[in-house]
Amino acid sequence: MSTSLSLHGRRKTRNSVMMTLCVVAAGIGLAWLALILGALVYKGVAGLSLSVFTEMTPPPGEAGGLLNAIAGSIAMTIIAIAVGTPIGVLAGTYMAEYGRFSKLTTVVRFINDILLSAPSIIVGLFVYELLVRPMGHFSAIAGAFALAILVIPVVVRTTEDMLNLVPNALREAGTAIGAPRWVVIKSVAYRAALSGIVTGILLAIARISGETAPLLFTALNNQFWSSNLNAPMASLPVTIFQFALSPYEEWQQLAWTGALIITLTVLALSIVARSLTGRREDK
Amino acid sequence: MTVVSEAMPSAATMRAREATVRRFALTDTIFLAATRLSAILVLLILGGVAISLFAGSWQALSTFGLSFLTTESWNPVTENFGALAPIYGTIVTAAVAILIAVPIGIGIAIFLTELCPRPLRRPIGIAVELLAGIPSIIYGIWGLFVFAPFLQTTVQPFFINLFHDVPGLSSLFAGPPYGIGLLTSALILAIMVLPFITSITKDVFDTVPAVLKESAYGIGCTTWEVTRRVVIPYTRVGIMGGVMLGLGRALGETMAVTFVIGNAHRISASLFAPGTTISATIANEFTEADGDLYTSSLVALGLILFVITFLILAAARYMLMRIDARTGA
Repeated sequence: MSTSLSLHGRRKTRNSVMMTLCVVAAGIGLAWLALILGALVYKGVAGLSLSVFTEMTPPPGEAGGLLNAIAGSIAMTIIAIAVGTPIGVLAGTYMAEYGRFSKLTTVVRFINDILLSAPSIIVGLFVYELLVRPMGHFSAIAGAFALAILVIPVVVRTTEDMLNLVPNALREAGTAIGAPRWVVIKSVAYRAALSGIVTGILLAIARISGETAPLLFTALNNQFWSSNLNAPMASLPVTIFQFALSPYEEWQQLAWTGALIITLTVLALSIVARSLTGRREDK
Repeated sequence: MTVVSEAMPSAATMRAREATVRRFALTDTIFLAATRLSAILVLLILGGVAISLFAGSWQALSTFGLSFLTTESWNPVTENFGALAPIYGTIVTAAVAILIAVPIGIGIAIFLTELCPRPLRRPIGIAVELLAGIPSIIYGIWGLFVFAPFLQTTVQPFFINLFHDVPGLSSLFAGPPYGIGLLTSALILAIMVLPFITSITKDVFDTVPAVLKESAYGIGCTTWEVTRRVVIPYTRVGIMGGVMLGLGRALGETMAVTFVIGNAHRISASLFAPGTTISATIANEFTEADGDLYTSSLVALGLILFVITFLILAAARYMLMRIDARTGA
């Protein structure tokens, strides 16, 4: 009796120890998030002022803002989304609608999932070889193109998932009244899956707005205002990279402020994207 | 349907209808072609990446041959390049990161699926996933300005003093404490891959049929025993997939590591020493590389990274697909 009791005790102790460790692990995870966000807000807010959004990046040792970097990031993001979204949505459409059971779909899904988590610096090298080297110079177009390649897998994945959730009865109803396949897709499937597809695009924007590695040797950087897409263009992440590693206090402060701006943007986008599909996750 | 509601449509109406049907068919063909082309384009991107990296690195590979993989020297002046130090740094930082992140990630997943009060589950799950959305450059700047000085002044001197008499460990934790270095990079990477591992582990834990767990509880198992003997064996493949996915991320992560690795092309036994990784080397040196052989060597590093991550990610996806197939998801 006593041995079985002590065995019972050992098992209970072991259970409490392991469960305590799990709680500690969760505590560590959350504390780390809090630490990073706390440091970011603390250091970033100090430099937050209107001039950040109205002035150009300064030369070393002077005050200034991040206007050209923010504008460059927005411009390249818009081009990347404009190029990547249609391709991603169409590819996702093929996988969920026309070729749901085809071999091609299986292969594309596998490759797409790999692209989804492939190192972004590899994409930068690819675009360098593809565009920058033949053109002979760095350009905003090359940067936007690199970002577009990162957009495509995200959009493909969400589009396919969301279209797969559309009940087939809806499609059959469309076909039964004589609508051709593309009308069914356009007016029934897309409409039913719209919020999900938009979520995918928002997640893609969130993903690329902080990407630095693919821009380093495609768009490079630019100390000045530039609206020439065929020339190097500043972007927020690359500017942060450059300023943070510099020895100048003003630049480091701007880097923190820029980091705060990016993080807030990304968090806001993720939260909006989440709330768009939130109800579905509750199931 | 009425028997005869109207006269036969006129020839003109018939022609108009035929034209409409033909137009529909044509649009359908075009739309199908456009979607299929886009799907194929995804394949072409990956193929293009492989081909361009191979073409770009040809000069370096043909100059150095296989010794590129085994040479530690990286000398832009004498144009003698070897990938051993970056490969070593990449593997060590990623491996240490995974060693730290896996137990914590699985712990959080157990906490979320078994222990956490229901109202807190979603908020905490979301908070952990938000960590995954933070761009890597943020981790980098935080690591450089906050984390590295903290390690330099407190943690590293402590370990150096603690182990300086212990054989083996003394060289692993040898000083001086720079703050930046392999261990700092590995810790930052661990924080970065933690959300991936956690959310995938939690998802595969949720696929365990309730009846399996209930029958284990029914014969008197504790929560830990249920987790250890039922949940984890049932989801082993999925967890491995999640870990490999995290490993793929850790191997290819660029910006966070570039900030805190120290960029030293040498291999040292100490985890506190500065080192370099493949991605950090490319990020630091690519725009400043002069000479075709230098650039080509950097692209060759990219090719090595591409091959390693491709194999690991493919294995991860294969494992996760097996779990999906079993649950019929």
